[in-house]
Amino acid sequence: MEKDIHSHHISQQFNAELDDAKTRMLEMGGLVEKQVRDAISAFMNLDSGLAEEVARRDNKVNNLEVEIDEECTLILARRQPAASDLRLVLAISKTLNDLERMGDEASKIAKHSIALANEGGVSRSYLEIRHIGDHVGSMVRDALDAFARFDSPLALRVAQEDKAVDTEYGTAMRSLVTYMIEDPRSIGSILNIMWSLRSLERIGDHARNIAEHVIYLVEGKDVRHAALEEMEAEVKG
Amino acid sequence: MSTDTTQARTHGIKMDALGRGTAVNKLEKEDIALTVDDLSLYYGEKQALHNVNMVIPRKRVTAFIGPSGCGKSTLLRCFNRMNDLVDGCRIEGQIKLDGHNIYDKSVDAAALRRNVGMVFQKPNPFPKSIYENVAYGLRIQGINKKRVLDEVVERSLRGAALWDEVKDRLQDNALGMSGGQQQRLVIARTIAVEPEVLLLDEPASALDPISTLKIEELIYELKSKYTIVIVTHNMQQAARVSDYTAFMYMGKLIEFGDTDTLFTNPSRKQTEDYITGRYG
Repeated sequence: MEKDIHSHHISQQFNAELDDAKTRMLEMGGLVEKQVRDAISAFMNLDSGLAEEVARRDNKVNNLEVEIDEECTLILARRQPAASDLRLVLAISKTLNDLERMGDEASKIAKHSIALANEGGVSRSYLEIRHIGDHVGSMVRDALDAFARFDSPLALRVAQEDKAVDTEYGTAMRSLVTYMIEDPRSIGSILNIMWSLRSLERIGDHARNIAEHVIYLVEGKDVRHAALEEMEAEVKG
Repeated sequence: MSTDTTQARTHGIKMDALGRGTAVNKLEKEDIALTVDDLSLYYGEKQALHNVNMVIPRKRVTAFIGPSGCGKSTLLRCFNRMNDLVDGCRIEGQIKLDGHNIYDKSVDAAALRRNVGMVFQKPNPFPKSIYENVAYGLRIQGINKKRVLDEVVERSLRGAALWDEVKDRLQDNALGMSGGQQQRLVIARTIAVEPEVLLLDEPASALDPISTLKIEELIYELKSKYTIVIVTHNMQQAARVSDYTAFMYMGKLIEFGDTDTLFTNPSRKQTEDYITGRYG
């Protein structure tokens, strides 16, 4: 699929509408990426000021979702797009939903970091947050890059990474449970870490969803709920 | 051996004309009414159709789409030999209806056209009463019994979703009807002689949106009884009413497959460009 696929319509206005919806969705993606990054940073540094800013900015993410989705609705109503145009509009609309949910998770992490800071933190590092946070952060970036470039092999790699994140998440949970058994007084604080890890893991799931929308957009194949091997076959086939 | 099996499974259509595997699978299960076998058509020196291979499944709606002059109406007209009437028109290849070549010398074109009825873009009722329009086909077959005619007229008008609108004025002149009603009357006239195949050449393009929807609804109902082939310039209409779609370009069949796949994920770039409104 060509990168400028939506720029050869006889109707210039249609080109502009599709391009605008896609560009704005990617801008929203950039904002969500920043939200995730800032939430992790607020957590690592127990920076309540930054955490509050993240929570506040979630409104902006929500508004963007509604606005861009409205654009998609109007394109469907006005243009009755077909084939790759139809897939593009649907992929944008579904990706908006995942981005908004990612924003919600980022805002939850920010709130947990505020709670943790109020409790004075814990006497252990937040290594798991950094580690899984970095991993998930690059998945989000790659998923959006894959969308921008109609790059289905990159989208496939994002889906594959999600499996690794799930494994890391399981390991981190076990180690935190051990810590809580050893030091029951820390349970309240550790729960904030656990919930934040849970949010990061969910962000990874949403990045995988976006990757699936990209594969649908580029290959025309619906790979939701497909095993990674089936997904690989669609992308390479 | 492998070629033979593939040919049998795809009803002899060349795979490259079909594109996607899913379409092949779906078509495989269909009962086939018409088979177009390496059909080429020339108007004098000019070749209008190039080696077309396809099948028309029974009791399904098959739509032909493509830009003006792509050969879709020409192909449609081949199904009831309307092109016989054009001077200098020459045909190579075959079209089989239920396994018999309709271009065989033994075939009576008038009988064929009763079996393969056609409706045109512009409604063309006869300047007679509504009743006589529908009864016309039977009368020329020598059927004049009032009881038989009454029954056929009512059944056909009901079949064309027109009965309720005209039952109290069957003796009125058909030319006094609206365009949409006239078109449904023409369809009633066509189905009165119980054809097997209905060919619709842009049946709704001269109608307003509501009449168009009525025709589309009618097409949906008619396909339980008839094999329908429709030529349309309205791509959304093709997407709405048809089970299979053929995209033609410059006298060639570019892609033929199930409508859902063709409109969401066509396999040929030319098809994609056409249905999405790009300049190819």
